Amino acid sequence: MKLLALFAVCATGVLLIYGTVDMPDWGDPHSPASVHVSPRYIEKAMEETAVGNIVTSVLADYRGYDTLGETVVIFTAAMACILLMRRRRK
Amino acid sequence: MMIGFYAMIGKRNLVKKLVGMNIFQTAIILYFISTGAKRGATIPIVDHGQGGAMHAVNAAYYVNPLPHVLMLTAIVVMVSTFGVALALIIMVYRRYKTLEEDEILELRK
Amino acid sequence: MHPTHEKATKVISYLEDVILQTVCRILIPFIQVYGLYVIAHGHHSPGGGFQGGVILGASFILLCVAYDINEAKRRMTEKVDTVFCSLGLIIYSGIGLICLVLGGSYLNYSRLGQVLPVNPVDARSIGILGIEIGVGITVMAVMISIFLDLASRGEHEEGLE
Repeated sequence: MKLLALFAVCATGVLLIYGTVDMPDWGDPHSPASVHVSPRYIEKAMEETAVGNIVTSVLADYRGYDTLGETVVIFTAAMACILLMRRRRK
Repeated sequence: MMIGFYAMIGKRNLVKKLVGMNIFQTAIILYFISTGAKRGATIPIVDHGQGGAMHAVNAAYYVNPLPHVLMLTAIVVMVSTFGVALALIIMVYRRYKTLEEDEILELRK
Repeated sequence: MHPTHEKATKVISYLEDVILQTVCRILIPFIQVYGLYVIAHGHHSPGGGFQGGVILGASFILLCVAYDINEAKRRMTEKVDTVFCSLGLIIYSGIGLICLVLGGSYLNYSRLGQVLPVNPVDARSIGILGIEIGVGITVMAVMISIFLDLASRGEHEEGLE
């Protein structure tokens, strides 16, 4: 059983490393992740929102709706723990 | 990443599987943030003086902030999943009095 | 159910350690002030709502570890904790609804400049601070709630050492 698990893990590892051969170089400023919308966020964040921290302004202003969903997720986790754990003592 | 994956499918104790899941998620978060690195760049915080003294911002000097934002959400999802999974493990222990998965499968038959 | 287990827990309900309790009594206010600092300085340094909320929740968990869990539950009862969970979300969606009522789209903070005496760019900064406070309150309450649920149900009904 453990040999089967070890074989599956090694096969997955080899497949993942084979998949990273095609990716752009590490630290390339022209990789597709850093070209399309993130230069606009970096350049316009200070003049449009007056907040220096770009991560906070993207998280709370440009993508504020996702942060609302995020907060609902952690609220739902608390509700799930309450429903599982609290029982009325008879 | 592969250590966490092996712990999730190779170990028999439920708590060890959960620790493996946590290692797996942390490794994925680190890998995702590393795709946004740039050579010789600094953290994505623009320095600004009092009263809004602004200077020109060059996008190549700052690390890509989008993976950081998405991974903040992923960290919160990781914590929520861990909390609910621990609550479920407590319920399983109350019902079957053991935490090994083969003994639980035996008791279910 | 288990008589030996009950006899063992009747003797000592939690372990009192003078050094730990004194140090925690001094440290916990500083940890809470640091958590509020991280929330408020989300604009200028790394931080923000989630990080500050976790630090505030961790200060309460330190109180539970150093003292008895029942004494920590006296400071923040479970009812007040559940109210705080919802209060943070009400603040967040409330700010969004105010922006909707004032004429813009949902969560468009520049419309807050019509009620507050600031220009629209600074109104976005104030909107960001408002929702970070809401997120911080919710994350703190959720950390405390999950910890209290996991630590006081199951086997331990009286003490946490």
